[in-house]
Amino acid sequence: MNAAILANQVPDPLQKEFILTVERLTVSFDGFKAVNDLSLYVDEHEIRVIIGPNGAGKTTVLDLICGRTKATEGTIKFRDKELTTMREHEIVHAGVGRKFQNPSIYEELTVFENLELSFPRGRSVFGALAFRRDAEVRDKIEEIASLVFLKDSLQTEAAILSHGQKQWLEIGMLLIQSPELLMLDEPVAGMSVAERLKTAELLNNIIHNQSVIVIEHDMKFVEDIAHRVTVMHQGKILSEGSMDHVKHDPKVVEVYLGH
Amino acid sequence: MIGDYTIGEFTSILAMQGFAGLILFSVFVLMALGLAIIFGQMGVINMAHGEFMILGAYVTYFCSQFFSAYLPGLFSIYFFIAMALAFCASFGLGILVEWGMIRFLYKRPLDTLLATWGLSLILQQFYRSVFGAREVGVTLPEWMLGAVNLTDIIEIPINGLFVMGLTIIITVAVYLIMFRSGWGKQVRAVMQNRVMAGAVGINTKMVDRITFGLGCGIAGIAGSAFTMIGSTGPTAGQLYIVDTFLVVVFGGAASLLGTIASAFTISQAQSTMEFFMSGSMAKVLTLLTVVGILMLRPQGLFTLNIRR
Amino acid sequence: MTKRFGPFAGREWIALLILGLLLFVVFPTTLDVFRLNLVGKYLTYAFVAMGLVLCWGYGGILSLGQGVFFGLGGYCMAMFLKLEASTPEATKIQSTPGIPDFMDWNQVTALPWWWEPFHSLPLTLILVIAVPVFFAFVIGLAMFKRRVGGVYFAIITQAIAAILTILIIGQQGYTGGVNGITDLRTLLGWDIRTDDAKFVLYFVNGGLLIACLLIGQGIRISKFGRLMIAIRDKEDRVRFSGYDVANFKIFIFCMAAAFSAIGGAMFALQVGFMSPSFVGIVPSIEMVIFCAVGGRLSLFGAIYGALLVNAAKTTFSESFPELWLFAMGGLFIAVVMAFPNGLAGVLHKHIEPRIYRLFGGLRGSGTTGAVSSPHAAE
Ligand SMILES: Nc1ncnc2c1ncn2[C@@H]1O[C@H](COP(=O)(O)OP(=O)(O)OP(=O)(O)O)[C@@H](O)[C@H]1O
Ligand SMILES: [Mg+2]
Repeated sequence: MNAAILANQVPDPLQKEFILTVERLTVSFDGFKAVNDLSLYVDEHEIRVIIGPNGAGKTTVLDLICGRTKATEGTIKFRDKELTTMREHEIVHAGVGRKFQNPSIYEELTVFENLELSFPRGRSVFGALAFRRDAEVRDKIEEIASLVFLKDSLQTEAAILSHGQKQWLEIGMLLIQSPELLMLDEPVAGMSVAERLKTAELLNNIIHNQSVIVIEHDMKFVEDIAHRVTVMHQGKILSEGSMDHVKHDPKVVEVYLGH
Repeated sequence: MIGDYTIGEFTSILAMQGFAGLILFSVFVLMALGLAIIFGQMGVINMAHGEFMILGAYVTYFCSQFFSAYLPGLFSIYFFIAMALAFCASFGLGILVEWGMIRFLYKRPLDTLLATWGLSLILQQFYRSVFGAREVGVTLPEWMLGAVNLTDIIEIPINGLFVMGLTIIITVAVYLIMFRSGWGKQVRAVMQNRVMAGAVGINTKMVDRITFGLGCGIAGIAGSAFTMIGSTGPTAGQLYIVDTFLVVVFGGAASLLGTIASAFTISQAQSTMEFFMSGSMAKVLTLLTVVGILMLRPQGLFTLNIRR
Repeated sequence: MTKRFGPFAGREWIALLILGLLLFVVFPTTLDVFRLNLVGKYLTYAFVAMGLVLCWGYGGILSLGQGVFFGLGGYCMAMFLKLEASTPEATKIQSTPGIPDFMDWNQVTALPWWWEPFHSLPLTLILVIAVPVFFAFVIGLAMFKRRVGGVYFAIITQAIAAILTILIIGQQGYTGGVNGITDLRTLLGWDIRTDDAKFVLYFVNGGLLIACLLIGQGIRISKFGRLMIAIRDKEDRVRFSGYDVANFKIFIFCMAAAFSAIGGAMFALQVGFMSPSFVGIVPSIEMVIFCAVGGRLSLFGAIYGALLVNAAKTTFSESFPELWLFAMGGLFIAVVMAFPNGLAGVLHKHIEPRIYRLFGGLRGSGTTGAVSSPHAAE
């Protein structure tokens, strides 16, 4: 069964259409394999959702892709770059953006400054010293801010944003980097229903420019956005395919969705 | 290690040097044990640790004065009483300090460092004002004087042996308390996940306070033992604090065995090098090596493989 | 965001004006040369304190070894002055004329090679900055690239301060030992011990201080400054926004070292000697308190902190020496527990609003770029 799923997506080596190619990825923490021999292929302009029970290793997969955790074995190819040997900031420069599970923004700075620091210019020491807040920067920040529904809060200190707004801000901080691959760890956790809908709309809007990997527990949201769904369990892929496909996969029902 | 007649003097001197290193080792271990609990388990930097030790030393000194003046009959065993009192004094002060200061600073390790440094200054000046700036030494009971002659040349002083024995006993006791008792389990539970520990009914505040007090109390015992081999002054504690922190950090902050191993390495390295060069250069080289290794391999020595 | 005119916000211009008046008008006109020289000496610590504002207040990097850089800068300067004072004529009674007196006393018969560059003033001026910055760079590179920070960094820098002190004291034939390098006389023939020289040096010192203040402010208001706050707050986020965080920490640590070194060099010039008692653990941690008292997020505060604590120290140790340690210890505890933002925080929170109320309306820039919580520093 698993083999069948894999068979129809193992890439034809001549045909380089995948933006991300993860193969035989394994990481072990003192013998505990949080991710075990995992392979994953993500298309250009695809929204891929990873679901799975707590502790399945979803966050760890993102950690591995963005260089936060070093793989024990396996390869991660982003277009033609091998990510496993690159350092975090180099992976970002290559075009991978990552949102953390808990909103990770600079609470002491304003929304504007948060976005400004993420603007992809002046990333070296002297670049940062020489950085000027010119029209290009300002326009881009305003553009992104309206995209993530924060246009009116630009001068607000980030600490006093609502939880949902913080999530949006972090997404905005990624968008301003214009990454080709966007990875979002539970982006709608803690959001109200209305906010979730807005976020789904947001993701569907940006998809024309980038590929997105989303980790999410909220099935309604997953249904709204997913092109394809990967179900993880105990560090391995349990099932993969369209939402309809995985929803009716008996193994998935057993370990995750419940009866 | 024990002198060999055929190799002669050189070996013997080396053995004596090794023994001197063992005494230094004992002092390091005794001081580091308390720190290993406070820093290793609680993550609190206590810069006043040396002053807690000195408190124990002063208590011992006053006991020796008291016993020789009023209870000369019991003088031969005063040391054990002194040690218990030293523990109590430092433990009590530790509890007080935790209550008045440390508990507000658990999330701010750098600030704790500065505040406890302030405390150490205050304690030093307090000792100086109350007990005088002069260094004081205790009178040892008869049975602790003298030495065991292993060979003609190698003499092992009894007080040194006593301190080493004490070190072993206290180390074992700390190990049992921290890693084998139910209470130790509570401490580790609190340190690993405060919220959960609280939720399952552990009184986390009490655990913090007692743990801190215990670490300080052990420093008091260390001070007590310290009087057996050296004299005590108001600022004696500060001389050791950086070394001790290096010992704890070098050994891996959360591991008791690591602390002991690193105390052994550092003390032996230093006392062996003292044989070949001046004391200050030996110290410089030892510290440089430790700092160098710490810079090159911090992960192997003190970082745990956990998600930050 | 604060409205800024040039590098400073409105209220900071006022602060700069007050500081300028105080340093260049009030002190020189009201104090005799002895006292003015003393103030100049205190101000050399203000360089260190400003460096600490940058690296500790903004970057969250607590260095307990700033005395090392202060000392290295000071020793570099002192070595030059000592060589100038040790001409063969001036030292002809020595068994080896032409070398510093303490070398002769310690049976050293030739100038060590590493003293040679200090025959030249331009080279010395370069080395005053370059040597400490090089050390800071190496320490920073080793530590920050491996992500050692927080208390480990503090303890290791403290150990380095201890090592350097022991080394200087132990190698007295080359360093002057515990007494340090003393009896410094002239700078390119200009006698630095005269009242006139002290007066001039005070102004040079003040000028350099303002220059460093401007540099620090430049860093603070640049994107670099906001990045430091971001790093202190969420280091990982910064890293995953594409920055090599270690480089930023190394830079700010080197900057703090350079500031300290300038202070050290000016100390040697104004006080006329340099000794290991300004290098070790105790002076280094005292420098942290200058910064904390002034306010760890305020460059201006750092200057006032250094002035006030040192003035208090002098007064106390003249009249009640035994109380000084109590006061000092109390200060450490107070700035941590009660006034985490130091004098600048008190001023900002309690005094300024009253002034504004007094002058009503005259408003616009009530807030600063200064950030509310210093505790984010891990
Ligand atoms: N650095 C690490 N060291 C040790 N164990 C780790 C580390 N990182 C992750 N783990 C373990 O790996 C497993 C997978 O964790 P992960 O966070 O990836 O799960 P998840 O699928 O994201 O769960 P959730 O839905 O709760 O976010 C967990 O058991 C976790 O404890
Ligand atoms: Mg997760």
